[in-house]
Amino acid sequence: MSMAQAMASSMGGIRTAGDLVARMQLKKMRLPEAKRYVADKLGVSTLDLSDSTMMRTVREDFDIGVVTGTPGLAKGLAAKARIAELLDVQVNSVEQLRRRMDAVPAGVR
Amino acid sequence: MSAIITRMGDGSTVELTRDELKADILEGSEAAAKKGKIPALSESDVEYLLEMFCCPSRIWGVARGHEAIMSKDGGTNTLISSRLSCGIAAPIGREAAVRLFESAFAFDTMEVGHLDYSVKPSKFIVTVEAEHMELLQQNTVLPLFYGFMPNLGLYYRPDGPFENPSDLMPNGRIAEARATQEEALEACYADVVWQAKQMEDTGADGINLDTVASTGDAEFLATLRACETISSETEMAVEVSMASEMVLGFHGQLEYRGTRLAGLWPHQQMKLAEEAGAAIFGPVVNNNTRRSCAWNVARAVTFVKACTAEARIPIHVNVGGGVGGVPMVEVSPLDIVSRAGAAMIEVGGADGL
Repeated sequence: MSMAQAMASSMGGIRTAGDLVARMQLKKMRLPEAKRYVADKLGVSTLDLSDSTMMRTVREDFDIGVVTGTPGLAKGLAAKARIAELLDVQVNSVEQLRRRMDAVPAGVR
Repeated sequence: MSAIITRMGDGSTVELTRDELKADILEGSEAAAKKGKIPALSESDVEYLLEMFCCPSRIWGVARGHEAIMSKDGGTNTLISSRLSCGIAAPIGREAAVRLFESAFAFDTMEVGHLDYSVKPSKFIVTVEAEHMELLQQNTVLPLFYGFMPNLGLYYRPDGPFENPSDLMPNGRIAEARATQEEALEACYADVVWQAKQMEDTGADGINLDTVASTGDAEFLATLRACETISSETEMAVEVSMASEMVLGFHGQLEYRGTRLAGLWPHQQMKLAEEAGAAIFGPVVNNNTRRSCAWNVARAVTFVKACTAEARIPIHVNVGGGVGGVPMVEVSPLDIVSRAGAAMIEVGGADGL
């Protein structure tokens, strides 16, 4: 059921810019505002945000995680760190890593 | 006049004429307008729904550029659970399942949740939950929630320690029924906040409180208060997703910030969720299995439109089994699911599903 909705109505996650727009919704932005914000940050139009053909290239250029398995590109936490910087938002897992790195220097018990 | 193949709210196929479909759409919208004291759909909204239901295409979608955001409830139960969650019991673990939702199914957000999706059973194994969330935060890119249901019903006997108001009320023990709900909601509130805070250090992006108010106004109050605490004391966003279109007044006198909770409709529930600090609100509109899907979708969209018209936070409409116009069946029909979802966005103004 949710697959039908995903295919028919959703932005498409990391195939497109769906995850990025979703992150702005977590900051309480409604959809049009969230799309405009992300589009401005990426330098694309709001229509482009859902275009998987265009976004595959845009995501690789910004190195913010792509949907296909491509060696050498940022994945997981590294991709999210770049997303946090690009969108100028706090991503909790990235902040968690920063805190861990700042806590006790590696090699010190 | 040629007949159009469509469905009833129980999923069964039916043939209706164009005029019958239009009558159902108008009637469904009027039914919502009357109940919720909200505007009915406009002429252009009705025409959109009519065109959608008359179209013979198996799948209907939003126009390009109108795509919205999906959030998920039930975690990965769709893949790893049984028919209880309309699941397919796929032989994979939760971590693989979340990765599939991210890459193969291209969901915008995803959720980690326990198979037994309520706070009361899942709090005992919260370290497992936290570990899986933490591991997934290393490997995923999309926003990842931790989700569970407050499910106040599990706090009452025989499942929980508190007297069951369903046993007290038929015997006329109303004051005691209210008292036990007031006690139980405090325990539920404490558990929801505790469970959420266990996710704080995992890097979780948000908490999804699902099927809220399934046991009425006491559960809604516990959830609103928990939302207030979680959103103010942690960095996690909170999604509040309802169980039913109207908050049942099982207690009847509970209030949140001066607003009585019993009898609230989606557009009224949304305002309280906003005040409580929710980042996303998920309204529910129930189905009538004896009416056509066109009637049900029109009714649901009318309620949703009233919600989105005044919302200051994103609205992710519940479009699932028996809600949001989707038939109440174990295996949902794609023709109706795709139509209901698109209607919520194109006509209802939803920010997501």
